[in-house]
Amino acid sequence: MKMIYLDNAATSFPKPPAMMEEMNAFQREIGANPGRSGHGRSIDAGRVLYEAREALAALFNIDDPLSVVLTKNSTEALNIVLLGALAPGDHVVTTSMEHNSVMRPLRYLASRGVCLSVIGCSPQGELDPADLQKALRKNTKVVVMTHASNVTGTIQPVAEVGRIVREREGVMFCVDAAQTAGALPIDVEQMNIDLLAVTGHKSLYGPQGTGALFIRKGLEKKIAPLMMGGTGSRSEFEIQPDFLPDKYESGTPNALGFAGLCAGLKFIAGHSIAAVREKEKQITAAFLKRLYDGCPEATVYGPADADRQTAVVSFTVRGVTPSDAALHFEEKYGILCRPGLHCAPSAHRTLGTFPQGTVRFSFGFFNAPGDAAMAADAVRDLLKG
Amino acid sequence: MAASETPAVILFESVSHALHAEKLLKAAGVKCKLIPVPRHLSSDCGVCLRIDGADRDRAAGVLTDRLDYFDIALL
Repeated sequence: MKMIYLDNAATSFPKPPAMMEEMNAFQREIGANPGRSGHGRSIDAGRVLYEAREALAALFNIDDPLSVVLTKNSTEALNIVLLGALAPGDHVVTTSMEHNSVMRPLRYLASRGVCLSVIGCSPQGELDPADLQKALRKNTKVVVMTHASNVTGTIQPVAEVGRIVREREGVMFCVDAAQTAGALPIDVEQMNIDLLAVTGHKSLYGPQGTGALFIRKGLEKKIAPLMMGGTGSRSEFEIQPDFLPDKYESGTPNALGFAGLCAGLKFIAGHSIAAVREKEKQITAAFLKRLYDGCPEATVYGPADADRQTAVVSFTVRGVTPSDAALHFEEKYGILCRPGLHCAPSAHRTLGTFPQGTVRFSFGFFNAPGDAAMAADAVRDLLKG
Repeated sequence: MAASETPAVILFESVSHALHAEKLLKAAGVKCKLIPVPRHLSSDCGVCLRIDGADRDRAAGVLTDRLDYFDIALL
């Protein structure tokens, strides 16, 4: 049976062949510890990391590649910001559509005296920026929100919120772009983003274990590192470096992974984000239309409008639990998807799908146009057993 | 004349900065090479950029305002 991979929101698959080739070449021909030893191969490994920073900076209109901190994923990037910037007495604002990568650190911080405001979103998962503006206080230190929901694909008004936050002195605007980096245009200047958390293994087509955090220059003074240790710099001092990116990059990094990410970033830049977006929009629109036309028993959550969401569609089918549906899709059609709560209980409460969850189909660059119809027909046929 | 042949090294905060500077200098046509930091200059385990002594001012011109910190020393 042919496999139809519809779990790209969890991790993209397949990857561009160049990603595997670059990783193979790195381990065979470089393989040294980046920036530690001063010999040629160590410098070459350092260059791989530098290239990754440079390509990420170019993609998001970041002027200085050294303000791109390399992490293992967007969860680490978000934790650096939230745990490093917020102290008891500070106020932080977020939305009800967040993933647990934001919600769990915030709930922990709230238990330690940080004031937390969670702004409710519409049943489609959309934030009204005016609601967020009203929640800002004198002691607000961070506004953190997702660029697009991992459950429904709902695209949030990040640029509008960025404008609002920019007018408030001393408030940092942090965006979780795990679902959108590589899939939607992101410009940290135009959108007034101070802190941008991205993952490498989704729409940037790199391997798992790669991610990054953009920190607007100067804000590193306000954010403590999550980990401390060897950085290859200032080795004579037993105090953690205070400059970007070393302050947040202790221990040997995943240079092998970043070699792969460099290839993924080239792949994305080569196709252009606009072209990737167009392709994913078309397949999402085709799926939504065929589902609506052919399966009245299905309920789609979120905007149900390809212009207002990423290539992620959440739905339920009357009388079938999401986990049963997912098992059926895999066994009968070879469709791989994700049922349940998608690590975002608050988002499911907003949508009214807690605790049973939804089935999530998420398309990617490598899906064939025909996958949309096959997926919609599989949902239609679900009730036929 | 002799001074122009004396190599100089540019010291940075980290290897990331050194790689960044290497890129900027090469783009500006200043010859440079990454080498381990000579022990007598710093006990740091990082790398520095070796340039021709005569290029000191040009290199400083390229890097000023683009890197927060660097230091040029004659070898």
